[in-house]
Amino acid sequence: MSRASLFIPISVFALIIGVGWIGFSLNDPHELPSALLGKPFPDFEAPRLHEPDQRVSRDDLLGEPVLVNVWATWCPTCAAEHDELLRIRDETGLRIVGVNYKDDAAKARRWLEAYGNPYDLIIQDPDGSLGVELGVYGAPESFLLDRAGTIVYKRVGDINPRIWRDELRPALMQVMDG
Amino acid sequence: MAERLGVLLLAFAWATAALAASPVDLYDFDSDAQESRYRALIAELRCPKCLNTNLAGSDAPIAQDLRRTVHRLITEEGMSDDEILAFLQARYGDFVLYDPPFRPDTWVLWLAPVLFLAAGALVLWRMLRQPRPAALSEQESAELRRILERD
Repeated sequence: MSRASLFIPISVFALIIGVGWIGFSLNDPHELPSALLGKPFPDFEAPRLHEPDQRVSRDDLLGEPVLVNVWATWCPTCAAEHDELLRIRDETGLRIVGVNYKDDAAKARRWLEAYGNPYDLIIQDPDGSLGVELGVYGAPESFLLDRAGTIVYKRVGDINPRIWRDELRPALMQVMDG
Repeated sequence: MAERLGVLLLAFAWATAALAASPVDLYDFDSDAQESRYRALIAELRCPKCLNTNLAGSDAPIAQDLRRTVHRLITEEGMSDDEILAFLQARYGDFVLYDPPFRPDTWVLWLAPVLFLAAGALVLWRMLRQPRPAALSEQESAELRRILERD
């Protein structure tokens, strides 16, 4: 037994601690890395919430940077982020498009009347098929698109003042410059 | 004994409860082959919302949507298994695959078992190679007996 081999147990211990430390601090396991970053917003065709006989498609999202916000009336966090969306729209004029995800259209319209409507355009996705195209696994989720419709930023969870300041606004600035 | 039987019974009850809780969708397929492909796919795809459940075993709304999507891709789009896995991976990332792809950032994951096996084999080999202590001599055994019998 050489002296050096006495250190084997402690180094194995350190290795296990190290791997565990990194593994568990890397990220919240509930937060999936987005597969869609840098990719074009998917093609779709869906009715509008307020004018169900009008169809919207990917072309309606192009031309200027737009925040696509997936929300539903059954989602409490969506109500929590609502004021921040209204504030962002009012203060920056950023175009916000809503995707009403797996929701009842009439209920959604009433909800917007009660709480205010930050959306320039609202897409109906009653069966969640646009959600599948977007890799949505829980509401709310938000996607920032550049003028050409490429997804440059994604947020799973609520948009709040901290997220706006630290993530969304810098991403938007970059899109504006580019 | 009774205790062990109880544990077994409890485990059995849990297992059957889990089976009973597995959600069942009624989908039509054109052939049995399609249906068995569907079953295999939803068993090997992971539900994005629930950390350790496959699509087949989850009642989460997103798992229902993805099962419906897999069914549509098989029956309407006529996609192959690989195309379906690629379709979901493109939208939900590697997370939905229970078998992660072999890439520079995942090779540790794939090779770690082999490395551990090699390390174990090395340790075993070194232990076996060590010379065994020689048997006690006549005089030493006498000494040992004397010590053991002293008290």
